[in-house]
Amino acid sequence: MSTQTETTRNTLPSYSEAFQQGVREEMYRNESIFILGTDLIERGGHFAQVRGIAQEFGLERVKDSPISEAAMVASGIGAGMYGCHPIIDLNFIDFSLGAMDEIINQAAKIRFMFGKPVPLVIRATSGVALGGAHHCNSLEVLFAHTPGLSVAVPSRAYDVKGLIKTALRAPDPVIFLMHKKLSGVRGEVGDENVLIPFGSAHTVQSGKDAAIITYGYTVVTAQKAAAKLAESGVSIEIIDLRTLYPLDEDAINETVKKFGRVVVADEAPLYGSITGDIASTATEENFKYLKGPIVRVGGIRAPISAHPQSAEAAIPTVESMINAVKKVLAY
Amino acid sequence: MSNDKEWKRKLLRDMVVIRTFEETADKLTLRGKVAGGMHNSSGQEAVAVGTMSALDPKDVIATTHRSHHHTLAKGMDPKLVMAELFAKATGCSKGRGASMHLADVDNGNFGGNGIVGAGVGIAMGAAMGIKQLGHKKVSVGFVGDGGMNTGRTWEAINMAVVNKLPFICLVDNNQYAVETFIDRVTGGRDIAKRGAGFGLPSFTIDGQDVLKVNRYVKEARDRALAGEGPTLINALTYRYYGHNVGEKGQYRTQEEIADWRDNRDPIDRFSAQLISEGLLSQDEYVALHAEVTAQINAAVEFAEQSPYPDLSTIYEDVDSGLLGAKS
Ligand SMILES: Cc1ncc(C[n+]2csc(CCOP(=O)(O)OP(=O)(O)O)c2C)c(N)n1
Ligand SMILES: [Mg+2]
Repeated sequence: MSTQTETTRNTLPSYSEAFQQGVREEMYRNESIFILGTDLIERGGHFAQVRGIAQEFGLERVKDSPISEAAMVASGIGAGMYGCHPIIDLNFIDFSLGAMDEIINQAAKIRFMFGKPVPLVIRATSGVALGGAHHCNSLEVLFAHTPGLSVAVPSRAYDVKGLIKTALRAPDPVIFLMHKKLSGVRGEVGDENVLIPFGSAHTVQSGKDAAIITYGYTVVTAQKAAAKLAESGVSIEIIDLRTLYPLDEDAINETVKKFGRVVVADEAPLYGSITGDIASTATEENFKYLKGPIVRVGGIRAPISAHPQSAEAAIPTVESMINAVKKVLAY
Repeated sequence: MSNDKEWKRKLLRDMVVIRTFEETADKLTLRGKVAGGMHNSSGQEAVAVGTMSALDPKDVIATTHRSHHHTLAKGMDPKLVMAELFAKATGCSKGRGASMHLADVDNGNFGGNGIVGAGVGIAMGAAMGIKQLGHKKVSVGFVGDGGMNTGRTWEAINMAVVNKLPFICLVDNNQYAVETFIDRVTGGRDIAKRGAGFGLPSFTIDGQDVLKVNRYVKEARDRALAGEGPTLINALTYRYYGHNVGEKGQYRTQEEIADWRDNRDPIDRFSAQLISEGLLSQDEYVALHAEVTAQINAAVEFAEQSPYPDLSTIYEDVDSGLLGAKS
């Protein structure tokens, strides 16, 4: 019985393969979609996220790029305005910093200024893992903060596929962030008609005593913390935001009302992170339902070290998550 | 003459140190010892040693994600490099940087980099500082062929040209950026012609010939010190291993790799030359390898024995604290 479940699990698509599937399905539907980035053809992307697509669709639709991030994003903006739906693969989100003007001054503002759409997906791998200071920036708040951009931060294969399909049907620039540590994680995916709307959170598990609101890899950390807490009879609900803009404010409000004891967590340095915004908005709107302050868990104010244990210690751990939950339970 | 003999033997030795270090570190990476993996520079030794041997030890360099060879050639003790690869507290960057972020700023190594092209800009800035303070030094920015397609590289080169900075852009041109062959992504193909278009002396040279690299860098340095501004040197070379350890892509043929290794290896070429010139005996060459192997083994031992960074240090050195930040 258990071996059978194992086999099924192994044949499920990985997080990266879910991206491939979603993109391929949309590429069949919409001939204007093309992908531009480095090492997408033989290697299929550094995380195998587009493996096989060049072979299937040809080099007109999967293009090799020089290491020119500003030009890559500019290509996506101009071609998007012109009528294509480009996917610009920046490899690591850290490399978006060389294209920040294109993203924040151009892609994000063209609709407002000219009344014209910029259908564009900027895909990148993000999150804290190995690789050190230049490969572990958590930049999602910069994009979510910028009017005109939408930001997806899926935590599982199902959401990767459903969200990329939605992004590829929307006439807007989308920053699509895939966490390094999730690349190989397998899971169910929807069929070709399953599109996940942006701004719809997912309840990872229901609980009775308190809730953790989070996204990306921190969902996994939250699950581990919840499993530990369950051993001592504490029941935790976990909400995965799935997109940071638009944000599922209804789900957040419901959660605060239901429990009055809430933790918000992510890997970004705590100061100025999106968890602060979520906590303060949720407090303003639901103050009377709160048993005590919403507690935030986040990254420390330091670049990420290449030493693996130091990197782990710089972001939420199962332990710090449990401590935060204990704090809200004590109110 | 005996000076020349010692000098050439030192060049050979420096290249053997790099090769031995890389071959050793590669195996250790496959055994999981190297935090986050590494970029092996085997095959590119002559670029690093040829350059560094033309510089003054106080000259500045800034480099790339593939920087073990530059760092060792600049004179860092292999122990500190190996310990850094292991992410140990005794490494040159206190274990925070691992393979990609080797540095020794006090001794003119302004660091490896995780961002393609960034070292060129930093080295150019150092050249601006050198000129500003009236020092008699030069600064060298290393970059790969792939890095010659990012805008920041050319912005830095232009800045060096218009300010006549004592700067050398040294292109460690191994012809591939990860799995992408240079011609597929490089308009005009000829990087030296691009440089010429930016108005600085630009040369494409055989990067497997350590003396040639030395001579071109020396001339560039002389021009820089004479106030004549920057030079671009496009050194053609080859990496024997994958982009990162473990990568065995199908993007280049075994014949191509074998051709470079068997017919153009910088160490084989130079050792054969020294032997034929009577500057080195076969026995001495064998002994040199044995000595270097012992040195690198000692570096591994040092790295193995060293402690990891204390986790309490992760908050340190983010800023000076002088502006009032509480740490
Ligand atoms: C700005 C930026 N874009 C992309 C990358 C990912 N990346 C790391 S190394 C590399 C290839 C660099 O090729 P090249 O400059 O030729 O150096 P080599 O690896 O051959 O030494 C790429 C694309 C990066 N580190 N930084
Ligand atoms: Mg290269």
